[in-house]
Formats: sequence, structure tokens, C-alpha cells
Amino acid sequence: MLDAIWGFFLIGGILTAAFLGRMDMVTAAVIGGGRSAVELAITMAGVIAMWSGILKIAEKGGMIDSLSEKMTPAMDFLFPSVPRHHKARQYIAANFAANFLGLGWAATPAGLMAMKELQKLNKEKERATGAMCMFLTVNMSSLQLVTVNILAYRTEFGSAAPAEIVGVGIAATFLTTLVGIIAAKIMDREG
Amino acid sequence: MRLLLVISDFIIPATVLLILCFGCLKRVKLYEAFLEGAQEGLKTVAEILPTLIGLIVAVEVFRAGGLLDLMTDFIRPLAEGLGFPAELAPLSIIRLVSSSAATGLLLDIFQNFGPDSFLGRVSSVMMSCTETVFYTMSLYFLSVGIRKTRYTLGCALLANFVGVAAAVILVEMVFGK
Repeated sequence: MLDAIWGFFLIGGILTAAFLGRMDMVTAAVIGGGRSAVELAITMAGVIAMWSGILKIAEKGGMIDSLSEKMTPAMDFLFPSVPRHHKARQYIAANFAANFLGLGWAATPAGLMAMKELQKLNKEKERATGAMCMFLTVNMSSLQLVTVNILAYRTEFGSAAPAEIVGVGIAATFLTTLVGIIAAKIMDREG
Repeated sequence: MRLLLVISDFIIPATVLLILCFGCLKRVKLYEAFLEGAQEGLKTVAEILPTLIGLIVAVEVFRAGGLLDLMTDFIRPLAEGLGFPAELAPLSIIRLVSSSAATGLLLDIFQNFGPDSFLGRVSSVMMSCTETVFYTMSLYFLSVGIRKTRYTLGCALLANFVGVAAAVILVEMVFGK
């Protein structure tokens, strides 16, 4: 699936450019895209290393374990195939908590570690497990309560009440997560 | 509003402080643990770098070649037919692929219609309740070598679609057109 989308982006992009006479822009995109990816990785490296360090302290202090324990009913419902006290649960809990608070940079390392742990429980290494599908669906349904960036942009563009959309935003976020969970649950049951 | 911004200034330092204090109480060797984690973090970044390069180049080519514009032009009449504001069609598509490009479009909407207009409000909500599906999925699945992603994309797109629809309907209900 990912191969298909990736190929479609590149092949489709280049063919369209050939028809529209935008090859120069594609050339720039190929070269510039690689560079901006490395630039992004360098920015990420500092922040992710910092958060991974802090997370490790939280992990060794038993904080993440107690966090995931507090989330046990939700975890049992969402990830019945992942045993209690398994590391995957702890990293998933850390990822959800960080996303919730809007700490995207802290959520990424926890999420990647959660995927590694989930992969250890996977028997068919190339096929996603139900727990992985659920984890990513919830993750991609957006968990963040208040998107501070958006509020900052609204302020910058002279909004009279930048925060007036927060309530609606939370309601919409709640809906997307709910729909994502229901859909993933139904699909998991169907096999 | 002020309170929210103050809280957001506090979140990162407060989280770090809380974790450090807790670690102290549990007699964790703070700096040693930090270094161990930071090393793992750096390794993670190095591991995902190739995925990142592939992703960003694909998205850039997709945008620069004009395919993205073609797709939004194609979807625009469909969106209008459903009563969805056509100005928001590009944003709802681009949001799936690139967060920075979506932010650019959001700021265009703020510039042209104002953040307190119907479109400004809807796009603000849309940005809050959706995610860059393609990027997140590729990064997380490819980092562990998963090729068969099963129903993840379908569920994520459904949740995304619900988010876009909810943004339009809720804003209309709460603030009017």
C-alpha cells in the first residue's frame, strides 16, 4: 500500500509535470526535497534526543509504567492482544499522553518505540497487527486538545477572539478519535 | 485566551520538571538515564532519515509537478455539490500529505478572508482535528518494516473525513455562516 502511494506520488508527479511543462520545478523538488529532509532530521535530532532522554528518566522512575497502569481499562479495550505490563503498552501510553498535551516531538520517539515493541509481538513481520492498526488510527485521528500553533496564527492575523474555536476543536477531535476507534474495532473483528 | 497561552508556555518545562522530580524521588541516576535515552533517540533519527528523505521528495514532486492541483481541481466540484466550501478543498487534501504546506494554505485563508470569518474558523478547526496521515503512516510502519498496512489507511481517512465534515457543521452550528 505504502509502495503504491509513494510510487503514485513520484510517477504521477513527474508525468503531470511533463504535460504541464513544469519539469524545472520537479528538478528543484527532487534536489530541494532531499535537502529539506536532512534539515528536518537535524532539527529533529536535537529535540528527539532531548525528549528520549527525559522519557528514559520517566521510564526508569516507573512513571510511564504507572501512567499505562492508570490507562488499563482503555488499553484493555484498545489493545486486548498486548499483555498487561508489556513495554508496548507503556510506550503507547507515553505517546498518547504526549500527543494529548501537544508535545508532538516527545510523542514521536515514544510512538516509534511502541511500534518496535508491537513488532516483537507480531508473528507475520510484514503484516500489521490489529494492535498496530489501532495504535496508528488513534494516533492519526489527532489527540491534541489545544493546537497552540493555530491560536498563535489566529492572533497574528488579528483575530478578535483567537481561542473561540478551542471548544469546537475539542469536540471535533473527540469525534474523529471516536470514529477511528469504532472503525478499527469493526475492521479488526472482520479479520 | 491569555490563560491558554500561559498554560502552553508551562507545559514543556512543567513536564520536564515533574519527570525529573519523580526520578529524583525514585533515585534514578538522572544524567546517566538521560544520556542512555538521548543516544537511543539519536539512533532513531538516523534510522528514520532514509524514510524521511523518500517521503519529503515524493511529496515535493507531487506538489511541484502540479498533480496535487489537478486533484484538488477535480475534487472542487464534488465538494461544492456536497455543500462543502470549495475554498477549503485544497486544504483538506494537502493536510493529509504535508503539515507545512497545509499551514501555508491556512495562512492564505486567514489573509484573504480573516481568521474570524466562517472559512477562517472552519480551517482553524480542521487543522486541529486532522493529521498528516500519509507522513505518519509511512514513518511508523516503515520504521519497523511493515508492508501490509491492512485497514489503517481506510480508518485514518474515514476519521479525517469525519473531522473535516465536523469542522464545517460544528462551526456553522456554533458561530453561524
